Amino acid sequence: MINLAVKEIAYSWFRYVLTAFGLGLLIGVTLTMTGLVRGMMDDAISLIQGTHADLWVVQDDTMGPYAESSTLYDDLYRSIAGLPGVAEVSNVAYLTVQARYGGTDIRVLVAGFNHDRPGEPPYLVAGRPITKSHYEAIADTKTGLKVGDKIGIRRDEYTIVGLTNRMVSSGGDPVVFITMQDAQIVQFQKDNTSIYNDRNRLASNPQLNRPGIPGLLQAVTVSQLSNNKINAVLVRVSPGYDPSGVADNIRRWKHFKVYTYEQMTKILQEKVIVNALRQLGMFMGILAIVSTAIIALIIYTMTLGKIKEIAVLKLVGAKNSTIAGMILQEAWGLGLLGFIVGKVASTLWAPFFPKHIEFIFTDTIVAFLLTMLICTLSSIIGIRAALKVQPSSALGG
Amino acid sequence: MQLLQTSLDAPFAIQMENLVKTYGSGPTAVHAIRGVNLSVRPGEVVGLLGPSGSGKTTLLQCLGAIIDPTSGRIILDGELIYDNGWLIKDLRALRRDKIGFVFQAPYLIPFISVLDNVALLPMLAGQSNSNARQRALELLTVLEVSHRAHAKPFELSGGEQQRVAIARALANKPPFILADEPTAPLDSDRSLIVMNLLARLAAQYNTAIIVITHDDVIIPRFKRLYRLRDGIATEEQGEGLPFPDQPA
Repeated sequence: MINLAVKEIAYSWFRYVLTAFGLGLLIGVTLTMTGLVRGMMDDAISLIQGTHADLWVVQDDTMGPYAESSTLYDDLYRSIAGLPGVAEVSNVAYLTVQARYGGTDIRVLVAGFNHDRPGEPPYLVAGRPITKSHYEAIADTKTGLKVGDKIGIRRDEYTIVGLTNRMVSSGGDPVVFITMQDAQIVQFQKDNTSIYNDRNRLASNPQLNRPGIPGLLQAVTVSQLSNNKINAVLVRVSPGYDPSGVADNIRRWKHFKVYTYEQMTKILQEKVIVNALRQLGMFMGILAIVSTAIIALIIYTMTLGKIKEIAVLKLVGAKNSTIAGMILQEAWGLGLLGFIVGKVASTLWAPFFPKHIEFIFTDTIVAFLLTMLICTLSSIIGIRAALKVQPSSALGG
Repeated sequence: MQLLQTSLDAPFAIQMENLVKTYGSGPTAVHAIRGVNLSVRPGEVVGLLGPSGSGKTTLLQCLGAIIDPTSGRIILDGELIYDNGWLIKDLRALRRDKIGFVFQAPYLIPFISVLDNVALLPMLAGQSNSNARQRALELLTVLEVSHRAHAKPFELSGGEQQRVAIARALANKPPFILADEPTAPLDSDRSLIVMNLLARLAAQYNTAIIVITHDDVIIPRFKRLYRLRDGIATEEQGEGLPFPDQPA
């Protein structure tokens, strides 16, 4: 028996390929959305993966610096370092800023770290590590910066001495690493006008500027201008210790919030980016529905276009399964061709997206199976239309 | 029940006895066919005439096992297939194997070759592709369109397409062909050529053919015809004029 579906596709291949191409672009958008979701989930944890920390000590009743504001004193790490099971500790500070570069702005997450401690960029793809205490930076390649470039962050200018890769914030902003001292200045130091105004406000406060206590105003002023704050303390647990046990110990004795790697991952993926994921999920759902409707319409129209031939086929004894098989195979062909176009298109345009697009083989397989399922379901309308055709409609004019 | 009498003793390829078809019931019932008796011998070409609304299409659909008659009997190729109800379960297979159809327009499948259009029926009947194509090529040769076997239908002229449609109707060697105004889209000369072809094939393959027509050019060529009016068929003797390229 000849394959009627293949024959019809070959006969009207240009229209078929054009239809599949249009459908493929739609599938490509859906695949890109899937890749975007995966990319966001991957981005969300790339920074915490890069820290190589086991525990995050953050301000009590907060979810840590990636989710909300968290402020701790920078000497806290000393007391944590002495607890059993703690191998290494390090202060970190994070701040999203618009860094100045070449007359334009780059949105980056500034991360302050201590050399050779948790929180340091895990590897470099160019340049060298930071060797000076101030004004040197390591940037993620996504910033577009090169070694030797200079960027302005708040009041100061920093020289890019090294480049790292795949270090982005949960929002997808590339990370610029600077020393902890610089990060504290960037995050907490005020501009000159603010300092001047704050000093005047303190001096005009009679509670703090008492004639009988001459050193009080100076002491308060110094304390107000100090930069002894950080966002979190990263802890690396000694081999053989359970991170959860060490975390419980820190919580019990220090009254801070402590998160393990798993808990921090959960916060980032289920709380920080959840709305973005839901939004993309909604878009993907709508796209799937639109795709289904379009495929159904295409197949229905294709079926209506050969209604007389179907009537003739039925009249001369073709089985319903033969006709349904022809429509189904055409739908599958459309899905297969469309998926190939969509996969190629999404792979080609993915690098041009500002956010990281991550294609996973499992997602591709699932997407392909879903496409074929949608094609199967969509063809039902066409098959119903074909099976409703009366053989008698081949007779008469 | 009165059986239709013919002057020949040959068994009938198709025979209808007192066939009735009524649409609806009660006072609104429409009696489309009112006890039609009709028979055609193998190799015979019979005309079926009648004005619009006379019941031609209904009769055609009953004969073609497309709709259910209300009552009566149909004997096809010596087998009683309808006796106040279908005695054959698989009407689709009956149409495929026992009845050939030629329509007003050729209605060839546009996306397969001429050869496959003809071979499709034997393939649907379960024949191998090679056997079906061999049979199709034989018929196309008889109908003098074998040189276009691998062309697509749209590449053929109207007359060539109609010849392919006739070849398709003969593909499964049916004892009986229903031709529904096969010359409607053709001019007088081509109408005669097609009718001449049908008559020749009927004789060559011993196939009975009923031709529904309004065509004044071909009506005088029938030796026997049925005139249908208000659902009642009357048998008439035709003029039986020879076809132009046929010896008298």
